[in-house]
Amino acid sequence: MSDIVFHLNGETVRIGDEPPTRTFLDWLRERRGLTGTKEGCNEGDCGACTVMVSDANGARALNACILFLPQLHGKAVRTVEGIAGPNGALHPVQDAMITHHGSQCGFCTPGFVVSMATAHRNGATDFDDQLAGNLCRCTGYAPIIRAAEAAADAPVPDWMADDLADLQGLDAPGVALPQTVEELADWYHANPDATLIGGATDVGLWVTKGLRDLEPIAFLGACRDLQNITVTDDDIQIGAGVTITDLGALIAAYHPDFAAMIRRYGSVQVRNAATIGGNIANGSPIGDGPPALIALGATLHLRMGKAQRAIPLEDFFIEYGQQDRQPGEFVEAVSLPRQPDNLKCYKLSKRFDQDISAVCGCFNVVITDGTVTAARIAFGGMAGTPKRAANVERALIGRAWTQDTINAAADEFANDYTPLSDMRASADYRMNAAKGMLHRYFAEHTGHQTRVQEVQA
Amino acid sequence: MSIAKPLPHDAARLHVTGQARYVDDIPPPRDALHLAFGLSEIAHGKITKLDLGKVRAAPGVVAVLTAADLPGANDVSPSAHDEPLLAEGTVHYVGQPLFLVIAQTHLAARKAARLATVTYDEHPAILTIDEAMAANSRFEDGPRVYEKGDSATAIKDAPNTIEGSMEIGGQEHFYLEGQAALALPLEGDDVLVHSSTQHPTEIQHKVAEALNVPMHAVRVEVRRMGGGFGGKESQGNALAVSCAVAARLTQRPCKMRYDRDDDMIITGKRHDFRITYRAGFDDDGLLRGVEFVHYARCGWAQDLSLPVADRAMLHADNAYHLPHARIESHRLKTNTQSATAFRGFGGPQGMVGIERVMDHIAHHLGYDPVEVRQRNFYTASQQISETTKPQTTPYGQAVDDFVLHEITETLLAQSDYAARRKAVAAWNAQNPVLKKGIAYTPVKFGISFTLTHLNQAGALVHVYQDGSIHLNHGGTEMGQGLFQKVAQVAAASFGVDVEAVKITATDTGKVPNTSATAASSGSDLNGMAVQAACDTIRERIAEHLAQTHQTDPRRVYFENGKVFVGDDEMTFAAAAQSAYQARVSLSTTGFYKTPDLAWDRLKGQGRPFFYFAYGAAVTEVVIDTLTGENRMLRADILHDAGTSLNPALDIGQVEGGFVQGAGWLTTEELIWDAKGRLRTHAPSTYKIPACSDRPDIFNVSLWSEGRNREDTIYRSKAVGEPPFMLGISGFMALSDAVAACGDAYPALDAPATPECVFNAVNRGRTS
Repeated sequence: MSDIVFHLNGETVRIGDEPPTRTFLDWLRERRGLTGTKEGCNEGDCGACTVMVSDANGARALNACILFLPQLHGKAVRTVEGIAGPNGALHPVQDAMITHHGSQCGFCTPGFVVSMATAHRNGATDFDDQLAGNLCRCTGYAPIIRAAEAAADAPVPDWMADDLADLQGLDAPGVALPQTVEELADWYHANPDATLIGGATDVGLWVTKGLRDLEPIAFLGACRDLQNITVTDDDIQIGAGVTITDLGALIAAYHPDFAAMIRRYGSVQVRNAATIGGNIANGSPIGDGPPALIALGATLHLRMGKAQRAIPLEDFFIEYGQQDRQPGEFVEAVSLPRQPDNLKCYKLSKRFDQDISAVCGCFNVVITDGTVTAARIAFGGMAGTPKRAANVERALIGRAWTQDTINAAADEFANDYTPLSDMRASADYRMNAAKGMLHRYFAEHTGHQTRVQEVQA
Repeated sequence: MSIAKPLPHDAARLHVTGQARYVDDIPPPRDALHLAFGLSEIAHGKITKLDLGKVRAAPGVVAVLTAADLPGANDVSPSAHDEPLLAEGTVHYVGQPLFLVIAQTHLAARKAARLATVTYDEHPAILTIDEAMAANSRFEDGPRVYEKGDSATAIKDAPNTIEGSMEIGGQEHFYLEGQAALALPLEGDDVLVHSSTQHPTEIQHKVAEALNVPMHAVRVEVRRMGGGFGGKESQGNALAVSCAVAARLTQRPCKMRYDRDDDMIITGKRHDFRITYRAGFDDDGLLRGVEFVHYARCGWAQDLSLPVADRAMLHADNAYHLPHARIESHRLKTNTQSATAFRGFGGPQGMVGIERVMDHIAHHLGYDPVEVRQRNFYTASQQISETTKPQTTPYGQAVDDFVLHEITETLLAQSDYAARRKAVAAWNAQNPVLKKGIAYTPVKFGISFTLTHLNQAGALVHVYQDGSIHLNHGGTEMGQGLFQKVAQVAAASFGVDVEAVKITATDTGKVPNTSATAASSGSDLNGMAVQAACDTIRERIAEHLAQTHQTDPRRVYFENGKVFVGDDEMTFAAAAQSAYQARVSLSTTGFYKTPDLAWDRLKGQGRPFFYFAYGAAVTEVVIDTLTGENRMLRADILHDAGTSLNPALDIGQVEGGFVQGAGWLTTEELIWDAKGRLRTHAPSTYKIPACSDRPDIFNVSLWSEGRNREDTIYRSKAVGEPPFMLGISGFMALSDAVAACGDAYPALDAPATPECVFNAVNRGRTS
């Protein structure tokens, strides 16, 4: 059994005696006494625990509260204590946060500083997106953004470089951390009741909030071949281990509105960890990936041992809490047919950024010479599963693309869905908003401005 | 001089490097124990059996306490002794602490706390305002009523009348640092408590009662909080008392912090209100008479609900002269979390009521709401003379410092309001799906604790023989920059740089009998107390140097780190050394009490406030009529901080307050289910504003002519709470946008979530 090995603020750390679901945040604070990284919510929603994790793919911000120690094997981590340079030299974002009065109570500040330093290192200047996963209750954000802007042009300090050389070719630690899909398939086949952990953005909460014991566990992060993306003339195949961040970057070229919705999926920290396989496999009726993928006609690739099968993604979701997946079988990939882009994705939530959808409607309608020739429409939040609006589709296909057709089709939502009332929205509102989204798709098509995010004062 | 400089927060460098220490960051002693509460799962009923066998047997558990195990008082109420730390037979809300787990780790305590088997005899729960009114479930024996003139006749005789009702949701504080405390047993029965609290003296008081010791046996220290907003005025009592009791029983250090979900489920929030109104007015929109009924949902225990509800009544006028007014207030007792202090302390709810009336009147008459608001303003302070007396509030206080006429004119010009209002109308005519709205609202907020005796503060200042200064006062730092502002006051007194002043943790052993850092009073009260202490020491040094230099003490000046004595000069350090050697005391206390307050809360008459703070905002929004989604596009704010002690920190309060206030009225929605369970108990479901929710264009300035008429510290004004209510302009802008969708008055409820806006749009279209 080997240790988990990673760099912490430039120093090599070896861990051999921690349970696999020990969170990095708890370990930092309780074992290492590094208390700069804060616990704000313990569920990945506030960003107070943000840390910078680097590997061969570069640096990314992650939430330490739902990051398990084995996920760090072979990586370099910087906490807020590792952002300033030797002899107390401040990083440009730290300096700017002071100058621009970006901290008040200071509790969220370490998380902001790490997110800002990561964005700075990566040359990202879309600060509203970069910082959407960091909540501040004091400042109203304006001085933080001023600080981020002020630091943007400063060079990345040389002390931020992480030397990963001694982390190459490490032995696998004493937890299940398969290195290939093959290995994963065999291990899971032998341990069909195990929990598979991709990015832990959902499973993390089973531990931090559900206080559950999950073993046996396999961590999927080291399966590089589960992260493959293959684009051919016919389809786009996306490995289950592809992060939502990488999915967003990929899909922007083909279906830009899907990418625009992904920008609102969780936050930078969540998207950097979460995988498309996890988003599908957890079967949530309110995940944002499946409605878009179903509207695009996606195929799901499942695997058990050596056996592989492919099914339409929509067939995977049987009912709430039940998917077409056998014990020991896992999501290996999802693929979508290449097609002209007609996709629009409408995510409705109380807050624009980093909120779970009340309703997520994805419309893929083909209009040829003024007539609807094809329509795939799928929703999240309207049923116990992500689900197609089959009756609405039927009411559109073959009809003239007119307001009358839209009005008639909107009435069919009642035959497709019986939504629930919960803390995110009432059933009536969900139904009305779904209709509103169909009207929006039409209005957008006919040249009206329909998106409040695109309006300026 | 250090006053009025835009210096950074004193802890800014510690914040950005992660070195700033909060309670949970204090290195726990080796044998520290960790605590967690077991919580009630029902809203109302009797516990028939509390089986803790599995809890006690869980790994890492050291002890489990119930009410019967407590050594002293079982009460953590800040007011009415109606809030047991641990339930005694009957439970009153979902989330009420039933028992206390003491374990080796935080995680072990949390896990064990879920293992109890509790059987209840469930009683019907009173959850809503309607249920509470039907059951006459309330605090105090009946509604409070404040009256001025004869509102019923004034409304009856008025040429125009409106009436309506609105729901105003509560608000979770969502301080980023959850509640936390650490107690260290000292020798004998003494205890040291570190608490994340706005009210160290209250912690000391409740811990002493719980341990059955005098207050002198308890020392409470607070270096800083990771946000408070009123949520740490009384809500930290339970944790501090638990830690102290557990430390007493185990003789080991005990720490407790709530997991975020527990924090939201257990602790109180802003009171939600229903406000109904009737108003009579003339054809110009000038009010003749107005009547409000406030229904405040207070939760299961009294906590601070009475003064909160009072303050709502005291802000039912906001900036407007109400010639005849009647305000009736019901303080309703429900089986939910005990609602508590939150920035504005009821004032925001009261203010939303009258702003709603102004908006409704303007809609009724077809005026620009700004005109109606300006017409109803109190008389400008500049106009007040021998012949023009100040107008009075519904509670009889003369408003003689009213500056909103000037602030409003400047703001409307700076924000280009008139042209933008036209542009919004033109844009709306072109856009069938999206609609814009724009609104102006003012703030007039009363400054002082309405419980008059709380308006006092103490300070302790030492000057060491090297000229360095140790500063202490009763105020607590929760991010607002109080310590920096007060250090600037101290530095100014001695004519030294602020770096010469060491800011130290609030400590009940240094300054006793303090009031909560609340009611925006921190700088006003503690700044004056510190100045008094510093002036005393400075005068002692001046007298000493005058003697040694054969001159008059009035010819001794303290400036730029030096002391000038007649024609001689020396460093401040040399002056301190000289005074020390001459056996002059370089340590003293300071004290301050706010003058000229007189308030009878039962009659609703008097002068509860020393002065008023003012501000105004213009906000523009856009809504989507198909889904109700909405967004703030621009906000312009002009705020009166008097002669600001530190404009950078004050602007920080204004920007942050505005966004927090707008969040309250838009995205922040608390939902309880039919069983009384809070369904929005984490940031995944309760949505405070995120980065992109601030307005795209956000212009914030302090009013350059601001100067407090009253003799406050350097003529500054309190700035903690007042800007919160500038967020009302965002809500009224949404109302304006909805009004563009139909003829009916929008009658928007708060929070104006997308669903709420969508429903208002459709009401307008179908009526």
